[in-house]
Amino acid sequence: MRLSLRELCAYRAGDKGDIADVAIFADDEPTYEVIVREVTAARVREHFADLVRGDVERYEVPNVFGLNFVLHGALGGGGPRTLRADNLGKTLGGALVRMEIEVPDELVRRRPRPDVGWADAILRSLD
Amino acid sequence: MTVRVGGGQGFYGDTPRAVAGLLEAGVDYLCLEALAELTLAILQKDRQRDEARGYTRDLPLYLGTALPAVAEGNTKVITNAGGINPPAAARAAVDAARAQGLGGLKIATVLGDDLTNRVDALRSADVSLSNLESDAPFAEFPGDPLFVAAYLGARPIVEALDQGADVVITGRVADAALFLAPLVHEHGWSWDDWDRLAAGTLVGHLLECSGQVAGGNFSGEWWTIPEPWNLPYPIAEVDADGTAVITKPESSGGRVDVDTVRHQLLYEVHDPAAYLAPDVVADFTSAKFTDLGGDRVEVTGVRGAAATDTYKALLAYHAGWSAEARVAFSWPDAYEKAKATAAIFAKRVELAGYDVDEWRFEYWGVDALGGPTVPPTEHEPPEVALRIAWRCADQTTAGLVGRELIPLTLSSPPAGFTGMGRAGGGRPSELLGIWPTLVDKALVDEHVVVTVEQT
Repeated sequence: MRLSLRELCAYRAGDKGDIADVAIFADDEPTYEVIVREVTAARVREHFADLVRGDVERYEVPNVFGLNFVLHGALGGGGPRTLRADNLGKTLGGALVRMEIEVPDELVRRRPRPDVGWADAILRSLD
Repeated sequence: MTVRVGGGQGFYGDTPRAVAGLLEAGVDYLCLEALAELTLAILQKDRQRDEARGYTRDLPLYLGTALPAVAEGNTKVITNAGGINPPAAARAAVDAARAQGLGGLKIATVLGDDLTNRVDALRSADVSLSNLESDAPFAEFPGDPLFVAAYLGARPIVEALDQGADVVITGRVADAALFLAPLVHEHGWSWDDWDRLAAGTLVGHLLECSGQVAGGNFSGEWWTIPEPWNLPYPIAEVDADGTAVITKPESSGGRVDVDTVRHQLLYEVHDPAAYLAPDVVADFTSAKFTDLGGDRVEVTGVRGAAATDTYKALLAYHAGWSAEARVAFSWPDAYEKAKATAAIFAKRVELAGYDVDEWRFEYWGVDALGGPTVPPTEHEPPEVALRIAWRCADQTTAGLVGRELIPLTLSSPPAGFTGMGRAGGGRPSELLGIWPTLVDKALVDEHVVVTVEQT
């Protein structure tokens, strides 16, 4: 069935010049094999549409169940030059895991959603 | 022998408070990584205002905590806080030592990364300086470079440590090299022991973003990281064979496990099988991570290959001026009101006759960050913040453009237009373009100088 990468992968993103580096991580080998098959450089290129101007390269990193995507022309000219609020592309990991892919039923899962009760308690104490 | 290195700073603006935790836990070397590409641009603007600046000015805050431990012989400090003016940073370090009455400290300065005045010499030595990302030839470089900084490796730091330095201050040395250097110095690794150099580089890569390997920016179950307001900074215990344990000071905050470590492994590395460091080409895909429990992760098996014969260097150019404004809109029709106001503003600027080279319109609460990756929705946002940024050729025009927004307070689409606090109509800020390139190592190394001063 179709599933958002949000349910399957963690992510981390950073910058170099006008390049954004966006990595996603599966938790286990079967899931890694699925993202290797589904999350191709071409699909990622299409997903980001005009948010990214250049090519997308993909690197497989099996020792950490990771895929690293190098997005060229992704930051509106690079950190000190861009007009974007997210000048370093830190949010592009979240943007990538919005992608939906086809997943075998046995791997379908739902990531736990945040419980920030501790934050609520702190904020209440400040009232 | 195991060498303990601590990552006490991840960027200019990080907190010096975490240093105390590292010193209490005990580190043989405290490495302070202060420079990003963006930081060099900030420091360049700082130096344009005052020639005595150009280094990260929070250095004395870090040294205020660290130097007493250095004086007692418990640790040494290695930092690239020198930015584009290492001598000025070294003077600040000497001043900090004297202010604390700490005599007899050896403070080393590494020079030679700054190639700004050598562009013509490099060009006549057949260095192309073409753009590493776009392949554009140097002939297309806009104007004169504001700075040219090469990413040096660990060698000059090792030279400083060999000379007995207690504090080593560099300019643009590659982040991970700050951590590799003390490992080479202590373990006596040779400069062609590629697997060991790769292991040390990987350790540096994991530690150089401070809290980011100990639960910071963690996209797993981030809400379960203990006491994130009290995140400890990381420590690596590194053996002579390159085996390392990534850990943190014992405290109630933060977490080090295989997840926090493997996520950091792929941070800003491009090709993980060939991570191009100045001293080695490291293969991060060869590393094995083992969770030892108790916030300890063992890293083994790292492989490396011979370093390339070039250093990466960054050139910076003036790229105009920008300013921005933010306006918030309430329900109903918040998004439509925001778009209408953006268009009205742009038309007013056009009628006023100001030249804008580039516009940026962001609709916060709709798709400001995700852009085209955000799926369309029928849901009407309860509020939208419009952020408008613009680029002009000169500072004056960039400022005048912002004033065209003010009259819209009484002349905009209906009820809901509200300035967002004091952030609206910010002062113009200079934009810098970054031009990455490669420079032959030999042409850089012949000018690298290590000096040692005693307090």
